[in-house]
Amino acid sequence: MAALLELEDVRARYGPVQALHGVSLDVEEGQIVAILGANGAGKTTTLRAISNTVRREGGIRFAGKAVGRGGPDDVARLGIAHVPEGRGTFAELTVLENLRLGAHTRRGSIKDDLARVSAYFPWIDERRNQQAGTLSGGEQQMLALARAFMQRPRLLMLDEPSLGLAPRLVTEIFRIIKDLNEEGLTVLVVEQNAHIALQLAQTAYVLEVGRVALSGPSVELQQHESVRRSYLGY
Amino acid sequence: MRALLQMRLLVIAATVAVIVVLPSMLDGYHQGLAARVAIYFIAILGLNILTGYTGQISIGHGAFMAIGGYTTAILSHDHHMSLLLTLPIALVISFGVGLLVGLPALRLSGVYLALATFAFAVSVPQFALKFSKFTGGSNGLQADESYSHLKLYVVSWACAGISFVLAFLLLRGRIGRAFRATRDSPVAAASSGVSLPVYKTFAFGVSAAYAGVAGSLFVIATNGFAQPQEFGVTLSLQLLIGAAVAGLGSLWGVLAGAAFIGLLPTVSASAPLIGSAHGQDVVFGLIVILIMLLLPNGVVGVLARLARMRQARD
Amino acid sequence: MSAFARKLQAVAQTRKTTTVSTGASLPVIAALVGIAVFLLVGSLSSSIFAQQTVAGLAQGAVFGSLALALVLIYRATEVINFAQGEMAMAMTYVGYQLTIWGLSYWLAFALTLVIAFVFGVAVQLIVIRPVQHRSVIAVVIVTVGLFILTDGVVAWIWGADLKFMAAPFGNQVYHVGSVAFARQDLGVLLVSILSVILLWLLFQFTKIGLAMRAAALRPAAASLVGIRVNWMLAIGWGLASVLGAVAGLMTEPTQFLQPTMMQAILIYAFAAAVLGGLESPAGAVIGGLLLGVFLNLTGQYVGFVTSELRLPAAFVVLLVVLVVKPNGLLGRKQVRRV
Repeated sequence: MAALLELEDVRARYGPVQALHGVSLDVEEGQIVAILGANGAGKTTTLRAISNTVRREGGIRFAGKAVGRGGPDDVARLGIAHVPEGRGTFAELTVLENLRLGAHTRRGSIKDDLARVSAYFPWIDERRNQQAGTLSGGEQQMLALARAFMQRPRLLMLDEPSLGLAPRLVTEIFRIIKDLNEEGLTVLVVEQNAHIALQLAQTAYVLEVGRVALSGPSVELQQHESVRRSYLGY
Repeated sequence: MRALLQMRLLVIAATVAVIVVLPSMLDGYHQGLAARVAIYFIAILGLNILTGYTGQISIGHGAFMAIGGYTTAILSHDHHMSLLLTLPIALVISFGVGLLVGLPALRLSGVYLALATFAFAVSVPQFALKFSKFTGGSNGLQADESYSHLKLYVVSWACAGISFVLAFLLLRGRIGRAFRATRDSPVAAASSGVSLPVYKTFAFGVSAAYAGVAGSLFVIATNGFAQPQEFGVTLSLQLLIGAAVAGLGSLWGVLAGAAFIGLLPTVSASAPLIGSAHGQDVVFGLIVILIMLLLPNGVVGVLARLARMRQARD
Repeated sequence: MSAFARKLQAVAQTRKTTTVSTGASLPVIAALVGIAVFLLVGSLSSSIFAQQTVAGLAQGAVFGSLALALVLIYRATEVINFAQGEMAMAMTYVGYQLTIWGLSYWLAFALTLVIAFVFGVAVQLIVIRPVQHRSVIAVVIVTVGLFILTDGVVAWIWGADLKFMAAPFGNQVYHVGSVAFARQDLGVLLVSILSVILLWLLFQFTKIGLAMRAAALRPAAASLVGIRVNWMLAIGWGLASVLGAVAGLMTEPTQFLQPTMMQAILIYAFAAAVLGGLESPAGAVIGGLLLGVFLNLTGQYVGFVTSELRLPAAFVVLLVVLVVKPNGLLGRKQVRRV
């Protein structure tokens, strides 16, 4: 059976600078897949290539069908939720409005989903009318996650969810991601924090200079010599 | 590079030849028309220096033309000064007003500057209406002297030629580079000692001076008659369009731009289907939009493309 | 650098960074309340004052409607539509034509708004979209070309002579004590306020309104949640065109129908929009009302300001705001690319 998301020799560049030199990877349905690598390795660009935020060449298939070269809105409508670096929060709008926007592609009532979001993040209920830009970093990250959840996507793509967060919050967020995954949500997460990413994900890809340098089950990669030295620190 | 230089010299020589020979082939009315092209030429040259070279948008140059025009009318009507003598005076006065306008303009950019200059363009004719004691109000002011079509033609094109040479010399050297720097990389310019405010204000002054002279000639061209309605918003809009059609940031398309706004209305007025006075606006507006959609760099862009094609062939 | 140049530099020295300041700050609100009190007190003490204030509010409502149209478009695209007034004028002629063909005024009014919406969307798709990614100058010139084109088409179809539409509110005058209020003015105020409220409801409480706001604020993020940003822009232009049509239809009884009817109003609308803050819809409306009242009162009580100086007065307001407080009364973002 084909993987939910298949990337085949995807290339992308920013102006004259080639960022991806042919990335191929698969994300099986129901999995959590991590993309690791140093700064500038092309992790963020990979997600951007998938969501059509940046122009790319090469093949991308989602649920067996080729993903066209339209815009990010087309990709969102396919069922892919991309939470970018910077979280894509509408700082000027309220928490509730942000959540509603997450559900933009949904038809019908979103009351149930709002209730579930409140269950995961109890503080959201009290702060529904607060301007999203005035939330703390951790709260904004949680809001971004909640907003992506409102989309009810088949694939959730997260770019550096741990960035700038205290360890306690990071654990919290990754726990929620794991819960969502256990309910059937496929997750592709880009992380610099290799340690926690490898604990969360079943499979991981290591990018270096725009190419896949290593890939495999997390358990294996955790034991891998170069991974340990470069990304895990021991 | 040589191909471009060759083409430019050829264009200049051909243009000068045509300008010199033309009057003998035209009747008075058409000589007047050709003179108008020269007038627009001067004004657009000035506007290009400001908007093309220093990137400061102005939709208000009709107002500077009004200042120059009324200077000429008042000096001739009240003080019986020779029309020719009023030209340098109009130049100086317009330059001064341009500097004054350029100062607050320093704090504005982009759309905000466009808005402010637009409002300026609308207001100046209103001032002319208000201070009717000096300006004759809505009845206008009549100059003492009047020029024959031929004399107008000669004076206008002579001024146009002088303006072009001056502009060329100005923009070729250090000042031109400074202008372009204020538009393209203001931070780099400032850090290498180029005083942005000085150059930007100076550009405004120079630009206004050109428009002022054009305005004087404009009044002379309309039988020495200065009226507020002549200097309304439409004039400023036409100048901006002429500059855009010419291609901003380069002197070489200005003649085409001037011809466009000088001749198109009259040409389309005599066209069969569109005949009526309002058909001109339709054609004008349509062509402007089409040009912006299809020829983003104006006439200059087309010339550059042609030059490149010739180079590729060689 | 010479001393002279240094002085010039000081003049040009302004806050050059982009800051996000919240809109209605306390001093501004206090000032607005103060003005409201002043107007109320003045109206109670002098009947002329009251009449001029009400008439000024009515005119200001028209400025505000057109200003709101300008702000809607500017917020979403940073484009100033110089043709907004002419588009409004064209739609007013359409309304006129509908009444000539036999429709009752209000039916023609409603149908005109629908046509205006379609017209606005069409203009955005055909004329603006191809150039909207280019320089400010390019877009300005396209809207200027549109200005001239619309003028020409209207004069071509209908001619430039004066035309009259049936007055929607009649010519009655109400008397409260010694004060005379024209029914026309009250009607204009009512319709304008109603359309602004309806628009506000659309933006605050509907899904598409929220999507439009999101697309205007953060197009990239909006795209990621599936919003078709380009369509939102087109709809924005459609709504702006509707507002313009309202402004045109409401001003027609006083200006009568002629191709130049909206040109001065465009200037007033610019001044109002800048006064309120180019990014603030509420500011556009408030700015319009303030400007209308200001112009009327100064025209009445300041002898020097005769009718020829109304436009320059608006220009002075515009200039003062741009130089002193560029993001206006309620403006949020201070967008100045130096």
